[in-house]
Amino acid sequence: MEETILELKGIAKRFGDTPVLNGISISIQKGEFITLLGPSGCGKTTTLRIIAGLETPDEGRVILNGQDVTDTEPNKRDVNTVFQNYALFPHMTVAANIGYGLKLKKRPKDEIKKAVDDALALVQLEGYGKRMPSELSGGQRQRVAIARALVNRPSVLLLDEPLGALDLQLRRQMQLELKALQKKLGITFIYITHDQEEALNMSDRIVVMNGGHFEQIGSPAQVYDSPRTSYVARFVGTANVLRGTVEAVEGDALRIQCAGGCAGALRRGYDFAPGAPITLAVRSEHVEFTKDPAACGLPATIREKTFAGGMLRITLELSDGSTLIASRHGIDMDVRTGEAVRVTWAAANAVPVDVEASEAK
Amino acid sequence: MKTPSVPLKKKKRSSVWVTLIPLYLFTLLFVAGPLVYMFVLSFQTRAEVWGVVNQFTLDNYKNILQPVYLNTFVESFKLAITSTLLICAIGYPFGYFMAKLSPAWKKRVMLLLMIPFWTSSLIRLYGWIIIFRANGTLDKLLMGLGLTDSPLKLLYTYPAVVVGMVYALLQFMILAVYSSAEKMDWSLVEAARDLGATPLKAFLTVTLKLTLPGLLSGVILTFIPSMGLFFIADILGGNKVVLVGSLIQDQLMKAHNWPFAAALSVVLMILTSLMISLYKRITHTTELEGIL
Amino acid sequence: MKNRTKLPNIYLGVVMAVLYLPIVLVVIYSFNESKISSVWGGFSLKWYETLFKDRAMFEALGNSLVLALCSSLGAAIIGTLGAYGFTRVKLRSKSVVEYISMLPIMIPEIILGMVFMTFFSLIGLPFGMTTLILAHTTFCVPYVYMLVKARLVGMDKSLGEAARDLGASEARVFFDITLPLLVPAILSGMLLSFAMSLDDVIISIFVTGVNVNTLPIKVYTQIKTGVTPEINALCTLMLGVTILLVVLSNVLGKIGKPKAGKHHKQTGELCGPGQTQ
Repeated sequence: MEETILELKGIAKRFGDTPVLNGISISIQKGEFITLLGPSGCGKTTTLRIIAGLETPDEGRVILNGQDVTDTEPNKRDVNTVFQNYALFPHMTVAANIGYGLKLKKRPKDEIKKAVDDALALVQLEGYGKRMPSELSGGQRQRVAIARALVNRPSVLLLDEPLGALDLQLRRQMQLELKALQKKLGITFIYITHDQEEALNMSDRIVVMNGGHFEQIGSPAQVYDSPRTSYVARFVGTANVLRGTVEAVEGDALRIQCAGGCAGALRRGYDFAPGAPITLAVRSEHVEFTKDPAACGLPATIREKTFAGGMLRITLELSDGSTLIASRHGIDMDVRTGEAVRVTWAAANAVPVDVEASEAK
Repeated sequence: MKTPSVPLKKKKRSSVWVTLIPLYLFTLLFVAGPLVYMFVLSFQTRAEVWGVVNQFTLDNYKNILQPVYLNTFVESFKLAITSTLLICAIGYPFGYFMAKLSPAWKKRVMLLLMIPFWTSSLIRLYGWIIIFRANGTLDKLLMGLGLTDSPLKLLYTYPAVVVGMVYALLQFMILAVYSSAEKMDWSLVEAARDLGATPLKAFLTVTLKLTLPGLLSGVILTFIPSMGLFFIADILGGNKVVLVGSLIQDQLMKAHNWPFAAALSVVLMILTSLMISLYKRITHTTELEGIL
Repeated sequence: MKNRTKLPNIYLGVVMAVLYLPIVLVVIYSFNESKISSVWGGFSLKWYETLFKDRAMFEALGNSLVLALCSSLGAAIIGTLGAYGFTRVKLRSKSVVEYISMLPIMIPEIILGMVFMTFFSLIGLPFGMTTLILAHTTFCVPYVYMLVKARLVGMDKSLGEAARDLGASEARVFFDITLPLLVPAILSGMLLSFAMSLDDVIISIFVTGVNVNTLPIKVYTQIKTGVTPEINALCTLMLGVTILLVVLSNVLGKIGKPKAGKHHKQTGELCGPGQTQ
């Protein structure tokens, strides 16, 4: 099972004077669904284009199936791409679009026809072969683009925000279908999105990208529950990030001085000395508060209450002026704006982030 | 970890530049070459009987300053300015109104414009001969209405040439104005009106400003050729109206004074370039509106 | 309110009528029995008969068609390849060469005629069909070039990349993807070139040989030397062909445009003149 299919080694790329990728490395297993997650301009599309061969890296190697393909032209790589805007050839029928790759490989005509029909069935578009791309809806075009790439049975399928142009409902449906398709075919998917929900839903592993480097690589659970950096914590599931000082280390538990109060956290494999600065990430659903002024916690004032998406969001202002978000299910909660409270959380829910020198394990 | 990606880049692009060879060869050989030769020729001396002697001289340029020739330039300019002004006056409102039509009517009017446009210019000029000729259509009409009692003999007159020029070049102005008026955001005019501008003021401050590139492009597209269209002056003006174009043609074909013809062309070319660079300076674009 | 919308329409109508007046007169008089164009002598097709018997006229027409076809074909090849190359290659000389190649439709035709005449005699090229084709190709290239370039600039880059990704070589991408998508623009450019070449008087006069007449030259000399109503008949026929071409080009333009194109007004492929007339 653990069979490396694609390896990036120290890939760097700059456009003119602007560095886009700063030496990224990753090794991807066969049959994996891996997502590059990050905001626009973080270098994820460039990474994909380098894997596809549409860009040449300034530094580093691309190893595909054990072979160095860094300098191989895109048409000679066993990799196919689903483009962001689908890039269907407007002058060819759906069938001709899907069969194009096989035609270039000089496969016999009846074999192409069968493969095209199978591919159409795979994406549930039987009987659409004779249509032109302009006669299809956005979702249908999307399916054709996927079929066109899959019909060549590439070692790796690259998908560049394939669902970006679809509406929310269709997006959700296509997410499920894509995941099912990937499981069925066992092809490695490298998927790009800026939507953290999509990434968490579909991926085996998520690569969080920021400013041309990898912030964290891990399973959805790892990335969500144990963000390594404050960036990941904020980008995936919008966590609160607080700065404080380590007061005491007691086994695995940390006591932390923070914003005029005290709080707890777990060490999570990092080494801390008392007095060391620390940054904590706490998810909004884990933030609790009590009206008991004597309780241990961070003194705060309730500033705002908003209701969105089935969740009540409470904005709290800490004594050092920074704000903190807490969220709760349901609409009623016995808090009023302007009220003074104390914020607490379970130690297990506070994750130390941005810890440099001492690597975790 | 320095990678050998440099040779790859070269390999990748090696084939594409081949497609540029025809354009480069053709442009250098048949556009740049002749133009450079024109420049060289304008400094050479005319041979006694036939041809050119390779001897440097400025006489050809001095020659232009002779009153006869200078006058031709002045007359040519006057005609070009008159025609261009008339074309602006007729073409600008046309392009402007056309841009305000419904999409379906825009298409129809465009199609109607295209047919004369694609019709041979000689055919269309010939139609004017029928109109202007003594006892022709116009004379009959005017005499029939009792406005005149004898033929006007308009053919082979200055006004006939002006009409011919306006007629031959009007569509360039219309298309240029139309293409910039069509692109214009009409809500800007509404905004100006909303902010209290009178219709006239809104037109002057918003519409005219935004359609200025089209208007100027139209001016260039009509002014420049109008100095060289010698056959219009020829057909409708007889030999009464002499343009720079006619002069160049005469010097080439009849007087066989090529260096002088070249000098005339160089001056005309310089005037043309000045106008185009002025246009670029004003509108900050390199492409003429409505030329496509 | 009504007056405000009516007045412009009347204006458009009047100008349009004046535009068509000379053309309509030519058509009417082509059926005139009388030789004098100011007198209506009854309906007749005799000038068409004369025209069809005029061998010199047909020879001129043949020459013009060959000339227009060759120069628009030449321009199509040079202009298309050039526009393609320029969008793909970064060269420092690019903008200069582009500017020079566009000059033929920027400067007065008379200058072009003059420079071709002197240049061809300098390099000792005999005047005739060759010189005509070379000169006409020169002013046809910009039309094709501009239309093709506009199409290329508006073309989705990822189409070519998708084809590369699916296994096409650079050359295959050009022939399978780029070229088919450029066909409408190329055809439009060729049609425009064809019409411009077919209509050209000025440049042709300077570069034609003694025994090669093109149709415009022949018509021009006939109009100058004294009119035969045969010209009316010829003009009417040419008008018919023109209308056919305009309709055809409009149909082509429609096919060529992407249905949900962003540039809904890609300057209507064919509205385009240059400044030659």
